[in-house]
Amino acid sequence: MSEAKTLVEKLWSTHIVRSLGEDLDLLHVDRLLLHDLSGARAMKELQERGLSVRNPELCLATPDHSISTMPGRTLASSEHGEAFGGGLRDMANATGIAHYGLEHSNQGIVHVVGPETGYTLPGCLLVCGDSHTSTHGAMGCMAFGIGSSELVHVMATQTIRQRRPKAMRITIDGDLGPGVEAKDVILHIIGQLGVAAGTGHAVEYAGSTIANMSMEGRLTICNLSIEFGARMGMVAADDTTFEYLKGKPLAPEGAAWDEALAYWRTMVSDDGAVFDREVSIDASEIAPQITWGTSPGQTVAVTQNIPTPDSFAEAEQQQGAVNALDYMDLKAGAPIAGTKIDRIFIGSCTNSRLSDLRRAAAIAKGRQVAEGVIALVVPGSVPVKVAAEAEGLHEIFLDAGFEWREPGCAQCVASNGEVVPPGERCISTANRNFVGRQGPGARTHLAGPAMAAAAAVMGEITDVRNLEPADLGLEEAE
Amino acid sequence: MEKLQQLQGVAPPLPRANIDTDIITPMARLNTAGEHNMHEFTFEPLRFLADGSENPDFVLNKPAYRDAQILIAGRNFGCGSSRETAVWGIRGLGIRCVIAESFGDIFFNNCFQNSVLPIRLPAETVADLMAEASDDQGNMQFQLDVAQRTLTTPSGRVISFDLTPDRQAALLEGLDEIAQTLKDDADTTAFQNKDRSARPWIHELGRIE
Repeated sequence: MSEAKTLVEKLWSTHIVRSLGEDLDLLHVDRLLLHDLSGARAMKELQERGLSVRNPELCLATPDHSISTMPGRTLASSEHGEAFGGGLRDMANATGIAHYGLEHSNQGIVHVVGPETGYTLPGCLLVCGDSHTSTHGAMGCMAFGIGSSELVHVMATQTIRQRRPKAMRITIDGDLGPGVEAKDVILHIIGQLGVAAGTGHAVEYAGSTIANMSMEGRLTICNLSIEFGARMGMVAADDTTFEYLKGKPLAPEGAAWDEALAYWRTMVSDDGAVFDREVSIDASEIAPQITWGTSPGQTVAVTQNIPTPDSFAEAEQQQGAVNALDYMDLKAGAPIAGTKIDRIFIGSCTNSRLSDLRRAAAIAKGRQVAEGVIALVVPGSVPVKVAAEAEGLHEIFLDAGFEWREPGCAQCVASNGEVVPPGERCISTANRNFVGRQGPGARTHLAGPAMAAAAAVMGEITDVRNLEPADLGLEEAE
Repeated sequence: MEKLQQLQGVAPPLPRANIDTDIITPMARLNTAGEHNMHEFTFEPLRFLADGSENPDFVLNKPAYRDAQILIAGRNFGCGSSRETAVWGIRGLGIRCVIAESFGDIFFNNCFQNSVLPIRLPAETVADLMAEASDDQGNMQFQLDVAQRTLTTPSGRVISFDLTPDRQAALLEGLDEIAQTLKDDADTTAFQNKDRSARPWIHELGRIE
């Protein structure tokens, strides 16, 4: 039997507190992120059950879901902000958990805050009551979303019962074409593999495209792992990761950094490691993507036509297409480009980091949001917002007619009341185009930030490659 | 946790694939509804029409299926978010067992936290079950036996399903996971003591004020 191990096998074995049977282990949880929606509820349940937080020093809380993103906001600015955000704050204070509240210089979306503060580290096991926790795997760690009962379990015991996942490797090689970004890569993959292909698997992304990709691009890729059902997504930590991490406020320093670095370099899949499934993707074939349906796998290149139901092999997919076309009010066979839009949303744990905002700003600069279109830009965290403003990105957006908001989940999931009205069509840089996701009857198309900005200024779905990006005079983003 | 040992009754078929957790419990309801009343909004976009009235075509609105405890669902049921409210919503309708070809992993785990049994079966078997369930005047009886790990169809076909011993025991005896783990807390302490020297950076976390 081969001694070569996959990254996920190494991560798994270093966290086993106790074996509980075949494929079932009790794992140590190194990091627990709490947000207002699931965190406040779980902390309340913990209290009601008379339990306490076992290791508050390993936990971190910040509100993101229920809070308003309007400038000058307070918790009271959204309908449920006080109940959930205030609840999280009170429970964090009572239990000794660090809390980045609205006034804090690190507040933001949990999946932006973790990596950018150095709270998320290579080799760790991180959980959060949110399915997009897969994002953090881009740092070379094991990260996955859990339900509220499991959250209570983690708070009380600092462990979680988990079954060993199967291992899948997706190798992406080649250069991305102009105007093609990480979001397009992962939407393309989901479209190719189908929305349940990753079920039960830990997915490692590898290959030259990933090796050459920025940390922020990798975070976008891992973020959408859950959208094809993967339990987690990950990229082995490398020099890109270490450069990104070094100097972050919660990352180790000095001798501790050196010691950690030596350890992190061992956390890679060995040559010859065997995966349960291997997939190869040619990056040079990928064009900017836009979803047309109500599932992230219902995606096409922006140059393509909206598919006809009978173009799908299986009856189930055909019926899914019929349902989706009806909900989305789209005509099968027509070009997707040129579809009129009402709104665009740039933000979310998928695409709200500095490099995302830069790519959108390069399209927005010197142009105007089309008449009648409402365009929101919501930075993922206070540090992202501060950095973007230092570069003048907010002025580019405001001059072009975009709104510039405060950090939060915002219109990705509309849990703060910032909904897309029924029947309106929105290009969103987030992760889900589900029925009613942005509000009852809302029609969502997923795309990358530059594609969303292009749609905003043209008033319709547009191939971003047809618009010359402005030179922002900046160095390349992380 | 409540025990789950046996069920007997009808099993409505819901063949639509990829029913996500936003459909099962829409976000707007998460803010206001709790565990006790989440079921009022379960499957809201499918179960109710735009004017708020019941959609008569939705299977759980049909008189024969209103008290169903077993649901036969399309592939990738419960995909999407981690919201446990999706399980509360289903459980609140009285459903204690969901059968599908595949499930969203987090939803699948959340079911076991709430004494709901998700059963994975091959696509052909699920299709057969749906056919048997549909071909009826509303009284096609299925039988579930957790101890035997079997589902018996109206025609008498006995289908075995996978269920790990720990989960089977938890359902049969109504065991609480947290209480079980806390009994062995010394193991966690031992792990942390050892890990502190192996990976000190995990435990000595900086703070920003």
